[in-house]
Amino acid sequence: MSHHIIEAQDLYFVYPDGTKAINGISFKIIHGESVGIVGSNGAGKSTLIMQMNGFFLPTSGSLKIGATPVNEKTKVDIRRHVGLVFQNPDDQLFMPTVFDDIAFGPLNLGFSKEEVEKCVDESLKMVGCLELKDRPSHHLSLGQKRAVSIACILSMGPDILVMDEPSSFLDHRSRRDLINLLKKFTHTKIIVSHDLDLILEVCERCIILKDGKIQADGKAKDILSEENILKQNNLELPLTLQKNNILK
Amino acid sequence: MSFNQFEFFDLGYLDYLSYKDTFIHRIDPRAKLIVSLIFIITVISFPKYEISSLFIYFFFPIFLIAMADLPAKVIIKRIFIVSPFALMIGIFNPIIDRKVIITIYGLGITSGWISYFSIIIKFILTVSTGFILIATTSFPGICLALEKLKVPKVFVLQLMFIYRYIFVLGEEVVRTMRARELRSFGKKGYELSIAGNILGTLLLRTIDRSERIYQSMCSRGFTGNINLSKKINFTLTDLLYTLILSAMFIVLRFFSGSYAVGRMLLGKGS
Amino acid sequence: MHMADALISPAVGIGFWAASISVIALCANKLKNTFNDKIIPLMGVMGAFIFAGQMINFTIPATGSSGHIGGGLLLTIILGPWAAFITISSVLFVQALFFADGGLLALGCNIWNLGIYPCFIAYPLIYKLIAGNSSNNKNIMIGSVLGVILGLELGAFSVVSETVLSGITELPFLTFTGIMLPIHLLIALVEGTVKGAIIIYVKNIQPDLFYAENHSDNAFLNLKKALISIGVLALITGGIFSWFASTHPDGLEWSLGKISGQEELPPKETELHKNLSRLQEKTAFLPDYSFGKQESREPENASWLAVSGGTSVSGIIGGIFSLGLTILIGIVIKFFRKRNLVNTQ
Repeated sequence: MSHHIIEAQDLYFVYPDGTKAINGISFKIIHGESVGIVGSNGAGKSTLIMQMNGFFLPTSGSLKIGATPVNEKTKVDIRRHVGLVFQNPDDQLFMPTVFDDIAFGPLNLGFSKEEVEKCVDESLKMVGCLELKDRPSHHLSLGQKRAVSIACILSMGPDILVMDEPSSFLDHRSRRDLINLLKKFTHTKIIVSHDLDLILEVCERCIILKDGKIQADGKAKDILSEENILKQNNLELPLTLQKNNILK
Repeated sequence: MSFNQFEFFDLGYLDYLSYKDTFIHRIDPRAKLIVSLIFIITVISFPKYEISSLFIYFFFPIFLIAMADLPAKVIIKRIFIVSPFALMIGIFNPIIDRKVIITIYGLGITSGWISYFSIIIKFILTVSTGFILIATTSFPGICLALEKLKVPKVFVLQLMFIYRYIFVLGEEVVRTMRARELRSFGKKGYELSIAGNILGTLLLRTIDRSERIYQSMCSRGFTGNINLSKKINFTLTDLLYTLILSAMFIVLRFFSGSYAVGRMLLGKGS
Repeated sequence: MHMADALISPAVGIGFWAASISVIALCANKLKNTFNDKIIPLMGVMGAFIFAGQMINFTIPATGSSGHIGGGLLLTIILGPWAAFITISSVLFVQALFFADGGLLALGCNIWNLGIYPCFIAYPLIYKLIAGNSSNNKNIMIGSVLGVILGLELGAFSVVSETVLSGITELPFLTFTGIMLPIHLLIALVEGTVKGAIIIYVKNIQPDLFYAENHSDNAFLNLKKALISIGVLALITGGIFSWFASTHPDGLEWSLGKISGQEELPPKETELHKNLSRLQEKTAFLPDYSFGKQESREPENASWLAVSGGTSVSGIIGGIFSLGLTILIGIVIKFFRKRNLVNTQ
């Protein structure tokens, strides 16, 4: 295992219609780190994580996962190591039942039926939803759907978890459950979110993006408490750090 | 073929029923599928003027409704909501075929009415069997059965996708319709061009969604092959269920139970 | 215009099942060879789209009634014929199960009527020739309307043929055709217009979406292939019909005879009916079945001839009595289930 698990060097990405989404980004993420990526709408967050999974290949510059550069040849292999949790669980869970969905990945990896069964059980246990195994996906609550989405990524045994807006659609209780769950994982985590409080709790490091460039990169506690930096990037202090409380 | 908001919620109800846990729900989906097919084939194989022998076949839906703890009222109501194509076409029988064949208290009954009545009975029997099948078997179970019965995988996968996304897209449409209703002030129905635009938008969103689903599939190792794996065991109970019921249907097809019971009741020896 | 179980004979049902399943297998095979794996999720959500789209009822101008979209041609334009046929079949399967639209045995007929014609005839012969890959709105609209008309009219004609072949209804072939075709012409006009509007709308926003057009090079239908597949289909259809003709030697004659003999020849009617009922006995179960003799031993429940005198009365009374008894047993089972439930709780 290489020390740097993700390494971007002068990364650029331009959409086919000419939109410049990523404009020269360089960063290194080490094994076991959890990193929050924040920024206003259109800052390039989603584009960046789609690159980590090989859906968008770099226009120029390079992106390495472990020692492997992401390109047309390696992208299938890379997806095994990078588990992407989508923003909308209805896009991610496409099979009729929870079991089928979680089994989808392991079956593609060529596991035997017994291994698949075991894998499904273990992943569901990890997210605390074993009882949902035979339920159809459309009967689940949004919190449950989120947990199952994470389980179907875990079943692939990834090294890196990448999540797009994990707390969207969730009520407070489900959000809290999710935060506790994420804190338990020892994987390298990359979380893209508008929910700065979640990032503050789960991630030790934070990167701010604006117009496809890195504006700040450092300890989450430091960056997310700097009101000036946040304002410049159209962000706000996390609610837990806001002092001009209404009650005051 | 009509599919409106009301039926959309009804679809959810049938789906909900199919996840109950009763003896019938636990039977292997293959067994239920095969038994239902044999039942339907037997029922419609009766000649067109047959009525009395068909009555005895009601035992099957009634038995299932009772054993599977289904709400009989809902099933009956649904049978009558179903597209009445068969009944509309059948009504020509009494109009065209007017030969009086039996007179009861001076009231002549034509063979047309008898064949029409036979169509109605067959209609109720076949439609209720379909509903009961889906109310006692979860749809993923049916897909699994089809897969095990060697139906092409692409087709089975289609069914799974439809089942998964019918609810998602259905809700999307309900939301769109609500939004439109809010601003249409009681006007019902859509002008063609508006319907075209709404459907077009929905179509675009659907295609975008398929793109995201494809990404989700790829990020879990999809390379064009779909593997389905779920073990189901065809137990002795399933086998007995299939054999006993099928045998009953076929025996009753050739030895009418109705006549035997009727003769007994009227005290006539056979 | 879904065909219903109650209107068909087992032979027609099973025959069309066999035909539809073979076409599905053919399409599945085609898809395997020309695989672009993106089409799998697209087909799936397009099937769900057809359902969801049917929830939107639009007003049919000048009639006050309302209609909704069917699927075939639109799916074919987006997915290409092979994928579209599988998708429309799966939609019909779900409709048969959840809405009892059609029914399980009539499913084969319905797949045939609503799938084959738009996918393999209306699309290549009408839409593709008129609208092609052009982005001319007028061509798209004309192609769509004419395509839907051809598809639906052929489907309606099939419904008539299947019904008459089954011999459950008395409706004469010509009258039936005379009713069905004009009704479906009206439906098709509206549906074709809406589909045209959808395609034009989508093309204006995202012109590169149309799968079939963009992939015409890799083995999706071109005209030559279309003609070949129609030839094959004609053979299959011909095969089915000739199978009927050979196993039921007078099946077609019978329906024809009925049309001509219906009004003017009352004296012959009884004779005809006797023949009919004998024929019904013969055709009642699968062709070449071996139960014929058994039935002639029990003529009283074999045909309408028996509907007279004591036997039929006892049959009907017995039937009603058994019905009542089963309902009673059903209620008793339910009652005990509920009590058990209360006890265990």
